[in-house]
Amino acid sequence: MPSEFFIPDPEGHVPSPEGYFGAFGGKFIPEALVAAVDEVAVEYDKAKHDPEFARELDDLLLNYTGRPSALTEVPRFAEHAGGARVFLKREDLNHTGSHKINNVLGQALLTKRMGKTRVIAETGAGQHGVATATACALFGLECTIYMGEIDTRRQALNVARMRMLGAEVVAVKSGSRTLKDAINEAFRDWVANVDHTHYLFGTVAGPHPFPAMVRDFHRVIGVEARRQLLERAGRLPDAAIACVGGGSNAIGLFHAFIPDEGVRLIGCEPAGHGVETGEHAATLTAGEPGILHGSRSYVLQDEEGQITEPYSISAGLDYPGIGPEHSYLKDSGRGEYRAVTDDAAMQALRLLSRTEGIIPAIESAHALAGALEVGRELGPDGLIVVNLSGRGDKDMDTAARYFGLYDTDAEVAADAADTAEIEGDAK
Amino acid sequence: MSGNIQLLSDTLAAAKAEGRAALIAYLPAGFPTVDGGIEAIKAALEGGADVMEVGLPHSDPVLDGPVIQTADDIALRGGVKIAHVMRTVKEAHEATGKPILVMTYWNPIDRYGVERFTAELAEAGGAGCILPDLPVQEAALWREHAEKHGLATVFVVAPSSKDARLAQITAAGSGFVYAASLMGVTGTRESVGAQAQNLVERTRATGTDLPVCVGLGVSDAAQAAEVAGFADGVIVGSAFVKRMLDAPDDAAGVEAVRALAGDLAKGVRGQA
Repeated sequence: MPSEFFIPDPEGHVPSPEGYFGAFGGKFIPEALVAAVDEVAVEYDKAKHDPEFARELDDLLLNYTGRPSALTEVPRFAEHAGGARVFLKREDLNHTGSHKINNVLGQALLTKRMGKTRVIAETGAGQHGVATATACALFGLECTIYMGEIDTRRQALNVARMRMLGAEVVAVKSGSRTLKDAINEAFRDWVANVDHTHYLFGTVAGPHPFPAMVRDFHRVIGVEARRQLLERAGRLPDAAIACVGGGSNAIGLFHAFIPDEGVRLIGCEPAGHGVETGEHAATLTAGEPGILHGSRSYVLQDEEGQITEPYSISAGLDYPGIGPEHSYLKDSGRGEYRAVTDDAAMQALRLLSRTEGIIPAIESAHALAGALEVGRELGPDGLIVVNLSGRGDKDMDTAARYFGLYDTDAEVAADAADTAEIEGDAK
Repeated sequence: MSGNIQLLSDTLAAAKAEGRAALIAYLPAGFPTVDGGIEAIKAALEGGADVMEVGLPHSDPVLDGPVIQTADDIALRGGVKIAHVMRTVKEAHEATGKPILVMTYWNPIDRYGVERFTAELAEAGGAGCILPDLPVQEAALWREHAEKHGLATVFVVAPSSKDARLAQITAAGSGFVYAASLMGVTGTRESVGAQAQNLVERTRATGTDLPVCVGLGVSDAAQAAEVAGFADGVIVGSAFVKRMLDAPDDAAGVEAVRALAGDLAKGVRGQA
């Protein structure tokens, strides 16, 4: 029986044996990690062709994660998007509250197959950390999560969740104290403990085979969305839209649509305070090709190859790199990438909350803001699918401060002005 | 102008002819300042180091522990640029006549341009590069330009490297082979384990003519003497940086570096 949820090896876009998508990818890793990364590649290749692996993973995705995830049409939200029809792929309804669990369960099974007993991971918003801590609890694996110190503060709820699940959370104090630095620290741990530790990388970046493997575990998002849309709307969408930090939820949504030439693939990068201010993390918009965290891709860097500090209100998108397959999609023209500011994302977050009763993660809100724009460009005949990659519970402190929602904040009383602002901004 | 790969080979051969291991010291450029860094590097060489590795500070030193991360941060905040690294190499070489290598992550060279970097390093009198995150299978372009400019390509081998991989690396490298004594990032360690000796033996078993030098974790004369018992060279980095960080002022830091180089030089001569 073919696997229902684990659907690797699509037509095309298979990386070269050295892990390249066109000019991007590869394996820029220290010698100490070469044997371990090769082992991951070999074991993943075996697992990919093993019906037992697919059966185990499918069982988890069905009965533990709760796949398939719903596809929700959001007409009241869509009124603000030029009247285009908008559907949300509800990865926020997965167990642990985001798409991250798809990849984590796959790699956790792989960890067991490799006979390793300890897992490390990086996390930005905490969603990947929570998913990893969850899988480690489920499989009885020791778990250490690296998180930038700034992110441990802005995503304190997720830190508590990870600790509740039994993981050790290490606050990383080096560099910009965000996702990039958490990855640096996880690599340092891996080099020292690689004999018994798997680095459960959380996005479609890093050295080969991680970009292709993590993508394969997330392909189910687009495969389901494509089928659900054909059933519900009777046709393929005009655009598939997702936020991009490292790019895992986006590639998961996009991949099944790559052969469908009429479907635009649109990634929304964090423009922070605006790309022109320099305070952003819009890697494909403002970066140049370089090497970060084990592969060649677009990178935010200066003219001497020093990585520049990114900024976004969203911890999960606050990253100066991006997965190599996205760089390939950009340069080939198949993917379109646009930058969405903090403010536009926050307005979209509130709009979806108030029109549809769905509070999205700030990361996903960047995709929603993109959908508002694209919908207006397409007009009433447009059909859009947006990946709602995560739920917003973790972001309530940031959102409450941004909008002044705490009782101690006088602005919470000015609700009328608040509403007017939504309408004004969104239309 | 051609780089000083031959000087590097001759220096390592001369140490071997004396029946001892070579002492290879590391300090980042621009730490604590560009000129202060040059003084410290000269002090390490005058104090007894045979070869110097000059670090090119990086924003994301994934293979370095906290000591070198701190030094890199100080150097970058001070505005160190590749031009300063080249000046450091040039002045250290001209003052001492000894071989100077650059140790750097790959992205700065990738961004700066391989031809431009190798040409400038050769012009500065540099002897080559150690590129810890450029694996041999991605190194063809670098090697072509390094060879053209007379620069050594020093690859790192690790305890986890399989024998076939060691053969591939030793065949592609030049100058010497950097054997990482342990699995981990840079930093001082209480002991340098038996796996270092095992790795040196496995590397030599590939039949390579290249000297095999051991780095990571070595911090004092006794450890240097131990490593010198089985390796062609002893590489010390974090211990030098730590002397600088712990010193009450820059001048004292330079003297502490000179003193440590002297101690380690005795160590590699079996006089610990």
